[in-house]
Amino acid sequence: MSSEIITPAEAGGAAVMKSGAPGKWAQLWMDIKKNKVSYYFLAPFLLLFFIFTIVPIIMSVVLSFSYYNIIETPRFIGFSNYKLLFVDDDIFLKAVGITLKFAFITGPIGYILAFLLAWLISQIPQKYRFFYTLCFYLPSITSAVAMSVVWLYFFAGDRKGLLNHYLIQLGILNEPYLFLQNVDSIVPVIIIVSLWMSMGVGFLAFLAGLQNVPTDLYEAGSIDGVKYRWQQLWFITVPSVKPQLLFGAVMQVVSSLTVFDVSMRLVGFPSPLYAGHTIMAHLFDYAFTRFEMGYASAIAVLLFFLMFGMNRLIFRVLGRD
Amino acid sequence: MHKFKLRRLDYGGIFLYLFLTLFGLLMLLPLIYMAVTAVKPTSELFMFPPRFFVVNPTLMNFRDLLLITGTSAVPFSRFIFNSIIVTSAIVVGGVVISAMAAYPLAKHNMPFKSFIFNMIVAALMFSPLVLQIPQYLLISRSGLMNTYWAMILPYLAAPMGMFLMTQFLRQLPDALLEAARIDGASEWKVFWVLVMPMLKPAISTFALFSFISAWNDPYPSMVYTTVQEMKTLPLAIQTISGGAGVVARVGTLAAASFLMIIPTILVFIITQRMVLQTMAHSGLKE
Repeated sequence: MSSEIITPAEAGGAAVMKSGAPGKWAQLWMDIKKNKVSYYFLAPFLLLFFIFTIVPIIMSVVLSFSYYNIIETPRFIGFSNYKLLFVDDDIFLKAVGITLKFAFITGPIGYILAFLLAWLISQIPQKYRFFYTLCFYLPSITSAVAMSVVWLYFFAGDRKGLLNHYLIQLGILNEPYLFLQNVDSIVPVIIIVSLWMSMGVGFLAFLAGLQNVPTDLYEAGSIDGVKYRWQQLWFITVPSVKPQLLFGAVMQVVSSLTVFDVSMRLVGFPSPLYAGHTIMAHLFDYAFTRFEMGYASAIAVLLFFLMFGMNRLIFRVLGRD
Repeated sequence: MHKFKLRRLDYGGIFLYLFLTLFGLLMLLPLIYMAVTAVKPTSELFMFPPRFFVVNPTLMNFRDLLLITGTSAVPFSRFIFNSIIVTSAIVVGGVVISAMAAYPLAKHNMPFKSFIFNMIVAALMFSPLVLQIPQYLLISRSGLMNTYWAMILPYLAAPMGMFLMTQFLRQLPDALLEAARIDGASEWKVFWVLVMPMLKPAISTFALFSFISAWNDPYPSMVYTTVQEMKTLPLAIQTISGGAGVVARVGTLAAASFLMIIPTILVFIITQRMVLQTMAHSGLKE
């Protein structure tokens, strides 16, 4: 992919491979030594990453095979956490359903919306861009706690709720609708609020990526007969920001599968009839109210595989480079 | 560097502005409401019928906030100081460390490259909630409790920052790096003189993001500290306001949230300026 002064590993690899295993290892070692500068650059990150992320991940994977209540030492119980999750835990299966329903709606909508808005903003003159960026990004700057004040008031179930008040005045409703208590409206409310907050890091990455597209590509395009903005978007812009598109997609999957904060602040925890109960809420429930860390870890491992699987799909569509 | 100049009175252009403005204002509404709530007197907070705008604005909520905080043993300025120290260390350290990791992963070719990259991206998908207990054990066993290190170190190696910056470096042409190497620049020099300026949009994006998450997160100070002097702003405000949903303090909470948002808006303005100005200086133009 990139041209190097450092010789690529493949160059000498084929010749040495024939001479058997020791040669291969020696070759690898030489390669590593030759590229030691690259590893120096990586060292601080990898060191901290190893201590504060990899070790904890391994610890929680190990814990997922045990019973651990934080006070006693973990007791190994094999696969029973996983068995319990799939066979006996109805609420977990319900949570999976709600999370997937939520993710398949907010994920794509939020992603496409973020890209289209970033693209539209990049079409207008630079001096006006800032204002619009501010409008769209501000909602995700503010913390969930702060925003819940606003949204609770908006959706409140009594006549003091803003939405109910206006709907009654307009004659659409006769009596207040309990948006935050009614099983049918809980998921839609969470979806609306999350969409509102969804112009996050992906949106910013798209904006910055669109700034970086070399102008001469567009000039070349217009010579080649690209006439409409749509053609330009599809044939020039999208391929040029592919790395950012991939980044945005991965972040979107992670955030739409881990929705929890919004749900907890708006409909409470646990929500009425578990209607807003996501996988993350289930995890939180077992980790920090019941202190069953082993079981919580098993949920986390499953959530990880769910995300990982979805991201494999995305990597396949948007490519590695 | 907008591509197609909008001709004057071009219908598409008018529609575009109209749409963006209306949609933008709609997105802004809840925030305006929060700012308005912060200056509402108690009598208006629970008025019927509900009213969006304030009639008699007052600074009572802000005064209440300062009065409640004034009674605690530790001065409020200490919390602000802690927050600034921790957040700026996370932002600056995180940017440098992630950029240093992203450079070889995007532009070098060495053994285990894709393995390291995939591992870090995969780690992005592991639920942070479950990592908290093992992380807590690590911090408390290593004697870092009640130090700034405990609130900074775990957040320095951010997989997201590394991923974002790698993706940006991939978008950039290799020709420039190549030219510098032929001129005899060391890798270290290439990194500081060429890569860092080219990464400016990614750096500002990540700096903004990591500032916001570090600034708003009460968790590290809640778990890794036991003494009042080490608490940070979000935790202090959370304890003062009694959490969300406490009816009597809606106004105070809005005031507190409003104060919390101001620094994030400032950082947003600074970093977005950087993103918008990069093209002029990046040397990317052929």
